[in-house]
Order: sequence, then structure tokens, then C-alpha cells
Amino acid sequence: MSLETIWFCIIVLFWLGYLFLEGFDFGVGMLLPVLARNDTERRVMINTIGPVWDGNEVWLIVAAGAMFAAFPGWYASLFSATYLPLLVVLLALIGRGVAFEYRGKVDSQRWRRNWDRVIVIGSWVPPLGVGLILTTTVLGLPLDAHGDRIGGAFEAVRWDTLLGALAVAGFALVHGAAFLALKTAGDLRERARVFAVRALPVALVPMVLLLAVVQWRDGALWTLVSLAVAVAAAVVAWRKLAADRDGQAFAALGVTIAASVVTLFGALYPDVLPSTLDAANSLTVAGTASSPYTLEVITWVGAFGAPAVLVYQGWTYWVFRKRINAAQIPPVHTP
Amino acid sequence: MDVLQLARWQFGITTVYHFLMVPLTIGLSVLVAGMQTAWVRTGDQRYYKMTKFWGKLLLVNFAMGVVTGIVQEFQFGMNWNAYSRFVGDVFGAPLAMEGLVAFFVESTFLGLWIFGWDRLPKKVHLACAWAFSLATIASAYFILAANSWMQHPVGVTFTDGKPRLNSIWAVLTNNTALAAIPHTIAGAFSVAAAFLVGIGGWHLWRKRRSDDEHRAVWRSSIRLGGWTGIVAFAVLAITGDFQGKLMFEQQPMKMASAEALCHTEQPASFSIIAIGDVTSQNCEDVKTFNVPALLSFLAHSDFTTEVKGVEDLVTEYQAEYGTNYPDDPQLGELAGKPVDYVPSLPVTYWGFRIMIGFGAISAGTGLLALWLTRKDRIPDTRWFPRLALLGIATPFIGNSAGWIFTEMGRQPFVVVPNPSGVDGVWMFTAQAVSRISTGEVWTSLIALSSLYAVLGVVEVFLMRKYVRGGIDGVIPPEQTDEEGKDALAFAY
Repeated sequence: MSLETIWFCIIVLFWLGYLFLEGFDFGVGMLLPVLARNDTERRVMINTIGPVWDGNEVWLIVAAGAMFAAFPGWYASLFSATYLPLLVVLLALIGRGVAFEYRGKVDSQRWRRNWDRVIVIGSWVPPLGVGLILTTTVLGLPLDAHGDRIGGAFEAVRWDTLLGALAVAGFALVHGAAFLALKTAGDLRERARVFAVRALPVALVPMVLLLAVVQWRDGALWTLVSLAVAVAAAVVAWRKLAADRDGQAFAALGVTIAASVVTLFGALYPDVLPSTLDAANSLTVAGTASSPYTLEVITWVGAFGAPAVLVYQGWTYWVFRKRINAAQIPPVHTP
Repeated sequence: MDVLQLARWQFGITTVYHFLMVPLTIGLSVLVAGMQTAWVRTGDQRYYKMTKFWGKLLLVNFAMGVVTGIVQEFQFGMNWNAYSRFVGDVFGAPLAMEGLVAFFVESTFLGLWIFGWDRLPKKVHLACAWAFSLATIASAYFILAANSWMQHPVGVTFTDGKPRLNSIWAVLTNNTALAAIPHTIAGAFSVAAAFLVGIGGWHLWRKRRSDDEHRAVWRSSIRLGGWTGIVAFAVLAITGDFQGKLMFEQQPMKMASAEALCHTEQPASFSIIAIGDVTSQNCEDVKTFNVPALLSFLAHSDFTTEVKGVEDLVTEYQAEYGTNYPDDPQLGELAGKPVDYVPSLPVTYWGFRIMIGFGAISAGTGLLALWLTRKDRIPDTRWFPRLALLGIATPFIGNSAGWIFTEMGRQPFVVVPNPSGVDGVWMFTAQAVSRISTGEVWTSLIALSSLYAVLGVVEVFLMRKYVRGGIDGVIPPEQTDEEGKDALAFAY
């Protein structure tokens, strides 16, 4: 396998890491108004992701950074072509990050309510936006010979990319509920589990439809296999949730997103951003890759860096492995 | 305004804003890790309280630094996609390294530090503080290496119309980077130092009548701030001088503009202040008050060498890089128009002076703080706490002016040609911008600036609240009941 193809796989892996990890912390934020009955329960929910959400978000930064380093042409075309959706994602992420940090810093109902709204909006918008952008890169845009978008600012917003937006948001919703079932105790846990059981058959429909569309347009035999794995894992997750096996359900959802991402990007390869205007304008792995030397340099960095990241992020989850319940939440203390 | 101007404004605004948060995070995180080390080693409660108090302010600030950093990374692809395509082979590598090696560590270990107070053994928890704070410095290193490559491209060949990386080592040890990194880190420490002195001084003064139990906390904070500020300034001066000398070699136009030095002089005099019209782009209109031969000394370490002036440099640049922009439709209205090689004179001239002036004022405040705390005189000097509070702003202003000077001084280039480097490895800013609609850039410029403005107000409000709350505001009352035993020591 060429270094270029390896880096294509690594970038897919970074995006997968991002969707898997931040997927559940988005889900927790999305469910804040649905599952919590009072402020203490809201705090329980937020604290399940408190120590880890920031580390999860770095997967996005690294996915983008790695695209810039390994496939500058892909990064340059995709990010400018999806300008406004990306801007909305950025605004939402800014608000969300600040909201987590600031919501408890003033002891006032109104203050917390307002920041909670920011958390909810900031947790719904990015998975929708990221879903739309990743689907765009898979399904393509009208690109000219420069690799620049032809047409208006909303060219990336179409029925098929919107399906991608719903797919990622739907996955995050279920994944977040499963994570809450795994990380909380008592009443809240039961509510999260029941929600996940009920929501899963509906929320994952867009994902399956998207996979079907992509498979039909560009799929190969082996992507059909990964598509089947994705659907089977979703069914397993559903049954495990119903059977009260939180951990196994959460893991099965992980398999669902992994198989989905593999299907999508497997169908995309060897393109990275197809042109719907003229196949000659499509951006490809080979056409946008950095020089072999640059790829070699970042391969060394990745070879040492990425395993270390997995080890210490894994350790973080181990340190904070205990379930959280309302009794553990300390009283509010602000100056 | 066209896309180019809008994108430049956006880059300027978001960068300067981001760099209000980042230096405080860098400086304060290292100092807080030091405070916690002192507590773990001595068991002295004073250091525990210092860690908690300054740590809380660090967190209020950190959130803003992170979220504004994401915008910085994405903006290269959104607004500057032609730049990204041109330099991606080189520029992306340090960015990816920053993420993989530094930023993951920073974010993960900060989470462990915040929430780990009751979950981790004392020493492991302390190690998390150090991992976090050292990673902020590593982050700065990679970003500055990337920026320095734009200022002085090295380690590349020019193949198929693009720079191709041939030595990552050369990029990471670029002399421009090695000068910029200690200079910028020292600037970060001077921000944290002024913060400690200003807030500590105010607390000491406010509690002067009562026999405050936290007096020792504030006194130690001021002394730590004072020393940090002085050492930081010494590093700033030495590295600044070194950077200046490099810049005379690498970007002579930037330095000539900083001095409004119109004609080549031998020996060249250093301008202390301008009395004429610096706002004019014609350097002939600028009349400055000069110290003879000093500029020759700053540039080349002797009092007699020639320093090139703006006008002669323009002729040289025109011969080297052309008198007109290429006739490329990508350049829009600028295609085929003459290139203006002189950066904005008022910005470079005053940016340079404000940077040095405010840096010096900041160090002066630190020195004063050390002198006054020596005999415990701070509570009685009414004027000092006020001065020190105002002094918090000075290194922020100095840093911002420094960045504006550095980035505006390299115009009209985004990648400045390296005089001893490979031919062709340079790029005009006008060629770097994305071909997108002005509506898109307007939208993001307005949306981001307004959001930044609102969040800036919120951060200042929270900072004020926690500063006023003092030690009692950050350490919750002891929980004695049995139920509290399993409680989290920290929760959002």
C-alpha cells in the first residue's frame, strides 16, 4: 500500500475517532433538556463528559490538521467549498466549549439556563454540520479545474448531504443516550436506557439510508459487507440496550459508526472530493497528496504520537470510570 | 471591501484576539504548576490556596483560548485556500504535529487536572499539571515554527511551482523560529507576571486594615509575579535584539519601515519618536527624532555599518520580484497592477515602538512591586495597587503590537522571500486568498467578531467576579457529613 493510501486511511481513522468520541459527548448535550428533570441531573449529565469532552474535540483539530499536512489540496478545496456550514459549526463549538466552562461559575438560575441553551444548540449543530461536510466530501460538489466550488454559497446543502447531517446527528443522539446509560446510576440511567431503546430504530434510519445511497452510487462488493456489518451492529446495540447491557450496547454502536465510516470512505477512494461537474476535476488521493518526504515525516510523528494519545486518553476514561449519581454532585460554590 | 481585505481583517482580528488568551494560559499554567509543586513539597497551605485561586482564573481563560484556536486552524482552508495549496507540503506538518504531540496532551491532562483532585494520588495529579503546562509551550513551539517558515522559508526545494519540504529539521530549527519562540514565551510570562502583581497588589491593599489570613498568599503571589516579570523582560530584551539583527538580514524592508528610514544611511541613526506625519505612506514626510549611529549598532553590532533605507529596498525588490503583479485572473482587480513593497508605515513604526515601550513599562511595574514588598510597604501605598491593576493591560498591549508589527511588516508577502534561500519560494498575500464570495467572508467576519466581543465581556465579568471573591470564592467549605465522602471534589 502506498504511503498516500495509508494516510488516507489514517485521516479516515481520525474522523472516525472524532465521530465516535465527540459523538457521545454531543449526544449528552443534545439530551440535556430531554433526560434531566432538574439542575442536579443536568449537572450529572454534564459531568459524565466533563473530564473528556475537550480531549475528544482535539480529534477534530487533528483530523483537519492531518488533512492539511497530508492532502493540502483536499483540505483547501473542502474547507472553502463548505464555507458557511463550517462557519456555523465553528460558532457552535465556540459557544459550547465556553458554556461547559462557564455554566457553573455564577449561582443564578437564569445564568445556568442560558448557558444550557448554548450547550444544547452547540451539541446539535456540530454533528449536523460535520455530517453535512463529510457527506459532501464523499458525494462531491461542482468543482472547476482549480478545485474551487462553482455556484453559490449553499451548493453543499442538498437532499443527499442533508441526509448525512441527519445521519451523524441521529447517531450522536443514540450514542449519547447509551453513554449516559453506561455512566450514570439510578433513575437517570434507566431513563437514558429506555430513551435509547425507543430512539434507536428511528434515529439510525438516516444513516442506513445514506449508506444505501452511497453504496448504490459508488459502492463495491466489500463496502456492501461493511454496510451489512453496520446494520447488524446497530441491531445488536438495540437488543443489548433492551437487555440492560449498557457496555456491550455502547461498544456495538462503536462498531456501527466504524463500519459506516469505512463504507462511506471506502466508496469514495481513490477520490477525496469528486467533482459533480466533470470527473476530470475530481480531487484524488494521488493528486492532492503531499510529497513522499512530508508524508514520511508525519508518519513518524503519527507512529509515536497516536498510540501515546490512545494510551493516555484511555487512562483518563479509566480514572473517571465510576458511574456518577446525583448524590455525588457537590453543592454549587461560587464567589 | 474585497475578499482579500476582508480575509486579512478577519485574520488580524481573530489572531490578536486568540493571542490575548494564549499568553495568559501559557504563563499562568507554568506558574500554577510551580505553585502546586511548592505545596506538594512543603505542605504549606499558602501554596495550596495560590494553586486554587490562580488555577481557577487559568480555567476561566483557558476555555476561550481553545475555542478561538480552532478558528485559526480552519481559517487557512476557508479564507486562504490558495495559500494552503501552495505551502501545504511544508506548513501542514508543524500544524499536524502541534495537534498530535502537544494539543492532545494539553486538553487531556487539563481534564485530568481539573477533575482529578480527589481521584488521583497527589504526585500523579501534580504531574498532570506539568504535562498540561509544558504542552502549552510545545504547542507554541510548533505554531511559531510554522509562522516562522512564512517569515523565512527554509528546508525546501522548489519543484513543479511549489515549495517541497526536504528537511523538517531545518523547519523546526529555523533561526527565525529559535529567536521568535523564547521571545514569544517570555512575552507570555510577562502577561502572567503582570496579572499576579496587579491582582495580588489589589487584594493586599483592600485588606490592609483587617488582619487578613490570606495576606501571605497575596504577598507570595506579588513576589513571584515581580521576579517572573523581570526575568521575562530580560529574555525579551536579549531575544528581541537577536530577532532584530536577524530581521535586518531576512526582512530588511520590515526593519527599515519600523524605523521610517527612508534613505540608506551609514552610519544609520535610530528613531526614538516621530514628530512629523508618520501616517503618510511617503517616508519623506516622516521627521523623526534620532539617536545617531544607534540603528547601525542594533542591526549589525557596530556603529558604522550601512543600513538600507525604504527607497533603495523598493528598487531592489522590484528588480527581484517584479514591479507588477502577475496577469492572473485569480488576483482580480490587482492583476497586472504595480506592487507596493512598502508595508503600512504608521503600523510598523508605531507597532514597533508600542511593543518595546509597553514591554518596558510592564517590567518596571514588576521591579516596583519587588521593591515595595521587600519591607511590606504595599498595603500602605495607595497608588501602587491602582498602578499595578492598570499594569495588567501593558504586556497585553505590548504583545498585540508585536504581532501586528510582525505580520503587517511582511506585507505585501504572505510567504516572505528568503534572501539566501531557494528561488521562487515566496508568495504575495493577494495570491493566497480563496476564490469565494465577499458575502461569505463578510458573514464570518461579522459573526466571529460579534461572538468574540460578547464572550470577551463575559470573560472579563467572570474574571472580575473570581478576583473579587478571593480565596474563599475558590475553596468550598469543608464537607464533614458522611454523605459528602463520595462527593466529587470538583464538578461542573
